[in-house]
Amino acid sequence: MSSSPSVDLPAPRLKTSATCTVALVGNPNTGKTTLFNALAGMRQRVGNYPGVTVETKKGQLRVGERVFDLVDLPGTYSLAPRSPDEMVAVDLVLGHQPGEPRPDAILSIVDASNLDRNLYLTTQALEVGVPVVVALNMIDVATGQGVSIDAERLGRQLGCRVVPIQANKGKGLDALKQALVAAADDDNIPNSPTFPETFEREVAALREGMSGAPELFLVRRLLLDVGGTTEQHLAARDDGLSAKVAGARKRLTEAGCGVPGIEARTRYAWIRQATAGCVHRPDRRPVSWTDRLDRVLTHKIWGTLIFLAVMFVVFMAIFEWAKPVMKLLASGKDWGAALLRGVIPAGPLASLLIDGILEGVGAVIVFLPQIVILFGFIAILEDCGYMARAAFLMDKLMARAGLSGKSFIPMLSSVACAVPGIMATRVIENRRDRLATIVVAPLMSCSARLPVYVLLIAAFFTEGHPWWMPGLIMFCMYAIGLVTAPLVAFALKRTLLRGETPVFVMEMPLYKRPSLRQVARRMVDSGWAFLRRAGSIILASMVVVWALLYFPRHDAEGNSFADLIEKAEEPVETQRKQLKEWEEKTAPERKELRQLERQAKRDDTGANLFTLYGLIGPPREARVAERDRRIEELTAALAPAKKEMEPLEEALKPVDERIHALEMAWKKNSYLGQMGQAIEPAVRPLGWDWRIGVAALASFPAREVVVGTLGIVYRVGKADSEEIREDPEGSELFAALKQARWNDDSAAAPVYTIPVALSLMVFFALCCQCASTLAVIRRETNSWRWPAFTFVYMTVLAYVGALVVYQVGTWIGSTWMV
Amino acid sequence: MTPSAASLRLDELRVGQRGRILSLAGEPGLLQRLMEMGLFEGEDVEMTAIAPLGDPLEFRLRDYRLSLRRREAACIGIALLNAGERNSP
Repeated sequence: MSSSPSVDLPAPRLKTSATCTVALVGNPNTGKTTLFNALAGMRQRVGNYPGVTVETKKGQLRVGERVFDLVDLPGTYSLAPRSPDEMVAVDLVLGHQPGEPRPDAILSIVDASNLDRNLYLTTQALEVGVPVVVALNMIDVATGQGVSIDAERLGRQLGCRVVPIQANKGKGLDALKQALVAAADDDNIPNSPTFPETFEREVAALREGMSGAPELFLVRRLLLDVGGTTEQHLAARDDGLSAKVAGARKRLTEAGCGVPGIEARTRYAWIRQATAGCVHRPDRRPVSWTDRLDRVLTHKIWGTLIFLAVMFVVFMAIFEWAKPVMKLLASGKDWGAALLRGVIPAGPLASLLIDGILEGVGAVIVFLPQIVILFGFIAILEDCGYMARAAFLMDKLMARAGLSGKSFIPMLSSVACAVPGIMATRVIENRRDRLATIVVAPLMSCSARLPVYVLLIAAFFTEGHPWWMPGLIMFCMYAIGLVTAPLVAFALKRTLLRGETPVFVMEMPLYKRPSLRQVARRMVDSGWAFLRRAGSIILASMVVVWALLYFPRHDAEGNSFADLIEKAEEPVETQRKQLKEWEEKTAPERKELRQLERQAKRDDTGANLFTLYGLIGPPREARVAERDRRIEELTAALAPAKKEMEPLEEALKPVDERIHALEMAWKKNSYLGQMGQAIEPAVRPLGWDWRIGVAALASFPAREVVVGTLGIVYRVGKADSEEIREDPEGSELFAALKQARWNDDSAAAPVYTIPVALSLMVFFALCCQCASTLAVIRRETNSWRWPAFTFVYMTVLAYVGALVVYQVGTWIGSTWMV
Repeated sequence: MTPSAASLRLDELRVGQRGRILSLAGEPGLLQRLMEMGLFEGEDVEMTAIAPLGDPLEFRLRDYRLSLRRREAACIGIALLNAGERNSP
C-alpha cells in the first residue's frame, strides 16, 4: 500500500484515518455482551428501529489513532431471518438499515468449547464480503475440557484472523484490538464455504433477473429460507419473483441438493474440513461440572424443589427487599414536599410542584428498587446458565397457554409488579411469545392492587363473616389474574399473534460463575433504561391527572377553593396544632390499643384457628387474660391524654366537615369530577356512584391512587395506601366507606354493598390503570399500538368482569338472602 | 459400527441412550432451525434428561446441550446406537 496517498490513485476502501464501523455478531451465551462492554467501555448508546422490538447497542473503541464504531447485533444462531426482528441483524450487516453505515468489518465471537456449532454463524459472516476477525472466547473452558485449538492455523483455513480471548477476565483483548486494526488495514476478504455448482448457478440466474442488483448474500438467503423474511421483502417489490424462486427450489431438490438441507450440510462439512488438524478433542469426553450439576438441577424431584426455592427467593426479593428502599423514597418525597411547602406560597404553582411533579417523580423512582433487584437476579441466573434450566422445567406449563418456559420469570415477577416483569420479557427471543407475555403480564395481580383489596376486604368481609372469608376473597382476587392471563395469552396466540409455531430449540449453556461486574452493569442499565424512556411518560400522565383534578379551581361565585379552605382553617389553627401534638405523643399506645381491640374481636369470633385451639403460643386463657390486662393498662395510660384531646376534637369537627365539603365540591367541580359525573350512567350498572367513577378515572396513573382519591371524595381527607395496608380498620376511610350513602342522603341505601365492593375489586384486578405499565410496554415494543391495545382490552375485560359480578351478586342477594 | 436394527424417533430415546440421525421430516422453517443447530443426518445425539413435567427433552450433541420439545424431536428419525459407539469426526 502506498504510504503517501495521492488523489489519482484509487484509495483503499478503508482509510487509516477514517472511522471504521465494526459489527459484532455471535451466538447467544457466547459472552458477546461481555466482550462488547469490555471493548466499548461506558461510551454506549442504544439504537432501536421502527417496527421491531430488538435493540442494538453502539459504542466506540479507540486503538491508538484508530476509532472503531462498534455495533452489537442481537445474538443469533444464524443469519436466516424469519421475522422482522431477525431481519435487523441482516440489514445491519449489509448496510440496508436506514441511517446506519455498512460495516467495514465483522467481529465474530465464538465459544471455543462449542466451536463447530458457533462457526456456523461465522461461515455466514465470512460471505458478507468484508474482513472478519474471529474472537475465540472461553478458551479456558475449552482447555479445561481437554480441547486444544491452533488459532493461527484455524485463521489460515478461514482466511481471517482468529484471536483466543477470555472476555470475562479481559484476557487477549489487546491482541484482538490489534487484529481489528490489521484487518481494517489489509482489507482481506476471507474464505467461505463453496456451495454445490448447481446451487450457485441458480443463485446467479435469480440475481440476474432481479432489479437493483442485490448482494449475493441476500439472493442466497432468498433461495434458502423457505417462507423467510428475505423472500417476503423482495417478493413485495418483484411480482414474478416468488414463482422463479419456487422453480429454482424444485430444480435443486431434483438435483439432490434441496433447501433448506443444503445449507447446513455444506456449512458443517466446510467447518469440519477447516477445523481438521487445528482442533484436537480428547478421545473420551471428561465428565464436566455441567454434567454433574444438570443431573441434580433438571432432576424430577431435586430440580423442581431447587427451582421453587430459587423462584421463591426471587419473588420475595422483589416483593420484600424493595420495601425498605421504597419506604425511604416515599419519606424523601414527603420531606421534599414539606420543604417546598415552606418555600413556595400555596397556590397553583405549589400544587403543581408538590401534587403534580413531585408525586410524579416519586411515582417513577418508586419502581427503581424492584427493577434493579429483579434485573440483578436475571443477570445472575442468565450468566450462570440457570435461566435456560428454569425455562426447561416450566416449559410444559407455559406451553398450555401457547407460551414457552421463558415466559415464566416475567409472569412471576409481574405478581410483584408488571413494570419489571415486562422489562424481563427481553429474555424471550421469539417476538410473538414476547408480545403475548408483555400484553398479559399486567393481568397478574401486582402489589399495587393490594391496598385496594385490603381496604375493601377489611371493610366488607370481616365483620359478620366467617373467619376464612377475607382469605378466600383475597385468594380469589389473585386467582382472577392467574386464570385470565393464560386464557388471554392463549386467545392472542390464536388470533392477533398467530403465525408459525415458534420452534422451541433452546441451548442449555454451560454452568459458570456469574461475573459481578456484568451483573452490576445489567442492574444499572435496566434502571437507566426505565428512567430515560418510561419516566417522562409516567411523569407527564401524573401531571395531566393532577391538572384535571385541580382545575377549575374556583367555585360558581369565583372564589378560589384553596382560599376558602384556608379561611375555614384559620380560626382553629392553634387547636389543630395542639391536637396534632397530642396525637403524636400518644401514637404508639393508641396503635397498640387498636390492634389489641381488633385481636379481641377476632378471638371472640374465632378468626385465628391456631391460637384459638392453643396450637401455637401460650394457652388460650393465659393469652386472653394478658390481652385484657394490657388493654386496661393502655386505656388507663391514655385517659389523661383523651381528656385533653376530646374538647379539641369537638372544636375541630365542624371545621373538618366544612373543609371536607369544600374539597369534595372542588373535586366534583374539577374537569375530572365533571367527567366522573358524565360517565355515571356507564358505571351505574357496575353499582358505582360518580365518586367511585372519579376515583377510577383519577387512578389512571397508578391503581393505588384510587385509595387516596376515595379518601378525598368521601370527605376524610388524604388517605395513605401504606397506612391502610398496615392497619385498614384504623383508617378513617374505612369508616367513611361503610357509611357512604347514595346522593349523600343519610336515609338512602348505602353505596357500598357486598356486590359493589366485589365489583370494584374485580375491576381493579383486571383493569390497566397504571401509566407506568403502559409506558414500559411502549418502550419495550417501540410502538404505541401495544400499550393502546393492552389498555383497551384490559379495561373492557375489567368492565365486563365488574358488571357480571355486580349483577350476579345483586341477583343472588335479592333471591336468596332476603 | 452398524446401528442396531430398530429405527426410532428422537423423542422415543430413553435417558442415557444414544442415536444416530437417519432422517428429518417436517415443515421447512422447523427443519432449517434444527439443521442450523447441527441436527442432521449422520450426527449422534444422546438424551440426557426429561423435564419433570414430561416435556421438553434435553439432548447432548456435538459439544453442547440442547432442549427440544417432544413435538420437534419427533421430526427426527434415528437409529439406536449401542453403548460405547462413538461418532469419530
